[in-house]
Amino acid sequence: MASMLLNSMRSCSVSHSWAMRFGVRSLSATAPLQAQVQTKSKKTLARPGVKNIVLVEGVRTPFLLSGTMYVDLMPHDLARAALQGLLNRTGVPKDAVDYIIYGTVIQEVKTSNVAREAAMGAGFSDKIPAHTVTMACISSNQAMTSAVGLIAAGQCDAVVAGGVEFMSDVPIRHSRKMRKTMLSLNKAKTLGQKLSLIGSIRMAHLSPELPAVAEFSTAETMGHSADRLAAAFGVSRVEQDEFAVRSHSLAKKAQESGLLEDVISFKVPGRDIVSKDNGIRPSSMEQMAKLKPAFIKPHGTVTAANSSFLTDGASAVLIMSEEKALAMGYKPKAYLRDFVYVSQDPKDQLLLGPTYSTPKVLERAGLSMSDIDVFEFHEAFAGQIMANLKAMDSDWFAQTYMGRKSKVGTPSMDKFNLWGGSLSLGHPFGATGCRLVTTVAHRLKKEGGQYGLVAACAAGGQGHAMVIEAYPQ
Amino acid sequence: MAGVRALGVLSRLSAKRYALLTGSSFRTFSVVPAMQARTHVNYEVKGDVAVIRMNDPNSKVNTLSVQMQKEMIEVMDELWADNAVNSAVLISSKPGCFIAGADINMIQACKDAEEVAKLSQEGQKMFEQVEKSPKPIVAAINGSCLGGGLEFAIACQYRVATKSKKTVLGTPEVMLGLLPGAGGTQRLPKMVGLPSAFDMMLTGRNIRADKAKKMGLVDHLVDPLGPGLKSPEERTIDYLEEIAIECARGIANKKIPLRKEKGRMQKIQDYIMSFELVRNQIYKTVHGKVMKQSKGLYPAPLKIIECVKTGVEQGPTAGYLAESQNFGQLAKTTESAALIGLYHGQVACKKNRFGTPEKEVKTLAILGAGLMGAGIAQVTVDKGVHTILKDTALAGLARGEQQVYKGLNDKTKKKSITSFQRDSILSNLTGQLDYKGFEKADMVIEAVFEDINIKHAVLKEVEAVVSPQCIFATNTSALPIKEIAAVSKRPEKVIGMHYFSPVDKMQLLEIITTDKTSKDTTASAVAVGLKQGKVIIVVGDGPGFYTTRCLAPMLAEAVRVLQEGVDPKKLDALTTNFGFPVGAATLADEVGIDVAAHVAEDLGKAFGSRFGGGNVDVLKTMVDLGFKGRKSGKGCYVYQPGSKVKEVNPEIGDILEKFKMAANPAVSSDSDVQYRLVSRFVNEAVLCLQEGILNNPLEGDIGAVFGLGFPPSHGGPFRFVDSFGADKLVEKMRRFEAIYGNQFTPCQLLLDHAKNSSKKFHK
Repeated sequence: MASMLLNSMRSCSVSHSWAMRFGVRSLSATAPLQAQVQTKSKKTLARPGVKNIVLVEGVRTPFLLSGTMYVDLMPHDLARAALQGLLNRTGVPKDAVDYIIYGTVIQEVKTSNVAREAAMGAGFSDKIPAHTVTMACISSNQAMTSAVGLIAAGQCDAVVAGGVEFMSDVPIRHSRKMRKTMLSLNKAKTLGQKLSLIGSIRMAHLSPELPAVAEFSTAETMGHSADRLAAAFGVSRVEQDEFAVRSHSLAKKAQESGLLEDVISFKVPGRDIVSKDNGIRPSSMEQMAKLKPAFIKPHGTVTAANSSFLTDGASAVLIMSEEKALAMGYKPKAYLRDFVYVSQDPKDQLLLGPTYSTPKVLERAGLSMSDIDVFEFHEAFAGQIMANLKAMDSDWFAQTYMGRKSKVGTPSMDKFNLWGGSLSLGHPFGATGCRLVTTVAHRLKKEGGQYGLVAACAAGGQGHAMVIEAYPQ
Repeated sequence: MAGVRALGVLSRLSAKRYALLTGSSFRTFSVVPAMQARTHVNYEVKGDVAVIRMNDPNSKVNTLSVQMQKEMIEVMDELWADNAVNSAVLISSKPGCFIAGADINMIQACKDAEEVAKLSQEGQKMFEQVEKSPKPIVAAINGSCLGGGLEFAIACQYRVATKSKKTVLGTPEVMLGLLPGAGGTQRLPKMVGLPSAFDMMLTGRNIRADKAKKMGLVDHLVDPLGPGLKSPEERTIDYLEEIAIECARGIANKKIPLRKEKGRMQKIQDYIMSFELVRNQIYKTVHGKVMKQSKGLYPAPLKIIECVKTGVEQGPTAGYLAESQNFGQLAKTTESAALIGLYHGQVACKKNRFGTPEKEVKTLAILGAGLMGAGIAQVTVDKGVHTILKDTALAGLARGEQQVYKGLNDKTKKKSITSFQRDSILSNLTGQLDYKGFEKADMVIEAVFEDINIKHAVLKEVEAVVSPQCIFATNTSALPIKEIAAVSKRPEKVIGMHYFSPVDKMQLLEIITTDKTSKDTTASAVAVGLKQGKVIIVVGDGPGFYTTRCLAPMLAEAVRVLQEGVDPKKLDALTTNFGFPVGAATLADEVGIDVAAHVAEDLGKAFGSRFGGGNVDVLKTMVDLGFKGRKSGKGCYVYQPGSKVKEVNPEIGDILEKFKMAANPAVSSDSDVQYRLVSRFVNEAVLCLQEGILNNPLEGDIGAVFGLGFPPSHGGPFRFVDSFGADKLVEKMRRFEAIYGNQFTPCQLLLDHAKNSSKKFHK
């Protein structure tokens, strides 16, 4: 739940214009990169007695800086757009889906089960049940793995999972005192009672309550924790800035080469059609160095530019059992294999989820770091990614804090977040998980790899990782 | 004995709050000149910044010892001469301690006041050089920065501190009867202003880093780090060093200004303070407050005011001179010796001399959720011990659980813990009405009503459900443990744990062992007490053990004094003027008149006429009339909720009239009344040592001061005998004995000390 404080500096972006310039992007932009597709012959992770579950398709709305084009929408509007996009892309009959699950973090109170509201609005049959899950930045990962669970248990064959986050508007409440007064006012019977309640309202009642930017258990903001984490692992400001520049440059390249196939065009009600992410802004190291630290002042290293920014966006994926997908005539994109959730100290290890989850999921799948062809890690902060890489490379840390014999090792940067990441593409908390999984599937296909790994950290000191296997061509 | 409310100086004498001046008495002074490698202070040059590292190899904490100072001066001289160095960082290599203060043994080793004054002057000179250093020095503070350590830090040009809970700044010298003697009384007022400086120096309280930043005591804060590629402690120190180096470089390059822009409030305050009239008013107010709280019994606070005043009004030369002279004088006062003795005693009573118990107590069950039981739960549950609180009635249990919750919630309000920590601590507490889960308890502490039959019933019930290894501790103020243990199937597992009310405030725990109690049981009880943060004395079994037994004769004497026509207010004034934090009449009300009557009767039976004096019927009549003390709203005084002024209970006059005794003018002067009260207390304490109830005089002093409020300025009954003179005390007692009889007969051990003046309880 990144840097809520930072949106002011970020939102003065120049990039709205791209969206207009490129109006409608041709989806059939076959890139020259596709030529080298060649699946390596590694063993498959299929296990006897375990159902093969596949990702049929994954889409997302363009991720936009909050307060830009989506500013007048509501969360379910974005989720609806993603669902409609999925319907269009797959052509799946509107009643062929058994269940819909959505992840979200900051809930709009009016649509607290946003999955249901969005599904109905998107034209899915009203006979399809839907529920909403929340697990901070891994909410849509939780939506997807819940879907996997339903299918594996034989309860469903086709499930839509997704996530949505809308930071252009957040619920700002009256103070607890005011709420109490207002609720008592409802119950007050006589005019006298009502007047005395109204008379009890003081200035202090009127100060609003903003959604918590801080971790509830520790009262520390995530950016602050990220800065301390970076310092604990000795990650320098330069390292962080370099990684952020890398993320933006790779995202820009991917966007320009048309690799971000999961993005659908969305006609924003009352506004233009949006078909591109608008937070990608490669800048020079000099420009990056100019920024002042955003959380720990004056000596901190986490800045607005090396953190993920507040983003609006939604994503959706269609998950099926392999038989069902084949029976319906789909060509699946990938198998969703082993996954784990981990959690640790929310104070000092808040953002170390990938460090803990990666070795665990690899062990479960019987793979090692070098077997993985594609890595997609959630980039909450450049400092957080660098700290995780250092933690994964430390025998001391593995032995002292993870109870392991040795380190798991670091992913090769040649395989790591090659199409940009949350730092550059944006990070709508609830929607990022589906983007990661879809990107792995697309990259495996493009790059000809067999195994991909998704890993992410989340508020509450939690983490997640999943192994994805390419579907045979 | 319940209900002694420690006030003032006493309550601040908490060893936990200041890891002060521990003695590393075995330090070698055999300094071989020339090429001798430095052991305490070293430095390394990083770029153009020298990092000076302090690490006393012989102690867990750094102290400003002779060796440390000598090496520090050497290092400073080298750095000032080194052209490659533009600035310096001063940091400790010890996690959790910057400098804990001056070396207390160094001060005590001095022969006279002049020698101490000279020590002070050397300190002043060294810090003056630091203050005038041509190259900026940044103090990088992690952990305790107290006394001389703080004076060192404020002499530096800039201070960076970690926000760690262990980082505290303060001037605790006053609690040892001293003053900040290395420039502290001169620099502190300039740095934080007169009012804050007085507050710091007169209360000696610890200031956490964030507060210190607000006060202007610290310039820059650094967050403590979690685990990374090193342990959190190590990495935090490294990080602090990195930031401090940046600061030092910034100051040397003039990128970081040393003089901060003053805020508007600051400017206004400075303007107001520029009037002599205002300043005089402050001195007067502070002086008045000190006199009111200390009754003029403690010289140190008054000297602190004097030094500050001299410095501000007459300039630094006079100020520094006054500081060093007064420091020398204070170091040689009996008050300072008494307070330092208590400090050492407290440190000693925070150790387990019975070794490590075989089994750690992980589950503790408490019977009775009254004030005591819930209080014990309160100090246990936040130490990671699963705590079962059992009562017989739902209403009692609810009250007890609320007490525990309130204690934690108050901490949350004071921001010493978060609401999340509060909730997670409370998850360790199980409230229940039955004996479910007692089979897992490693120790049971009963805090039920003080009645031998109830105690027996409870003991049998508990033994029927607990494991054979479980220890049974009984919280009683007077019932002999032997008698309680008489019905036990395994008396080696029975022990007395006498807590003092309110448990979360009173530091003392009196542990009572019978001749059957096993050593491991004792070790385990001490370990639990230490975990609960208690100062512990371990005493033998007998009626009233140690503390109650000392208090009873004093209270009997107090009743006699009342019967002789002294007003309760006058009695209170006499005792507080002697240095007791709570007057005798108020104390009786706090303890509960019923409890006092009960104890007086029991101990009267056990010890006979020696425990006589006042008529027990006075107390009994009061109880019959419902005057049970504070808890019933009436005792010697009338207590009205919300009202701070307490009036003498008008009805008590009639009772005292009924039991009136004629006062003998030969022994009824104010001073005689004081010594009648005190000598009976002291004689009984010495008798406890003579009879072997007490293990040593040190525990006797600690028990009397921390449990009963014996005047800290006298350092406890044994130190009082040493400093006052056993012979003089015996002489007084003989005079009282001639009139009142055997209540004042000095015990043999006291007589031995009177005969031979070289005999002392404390060496």
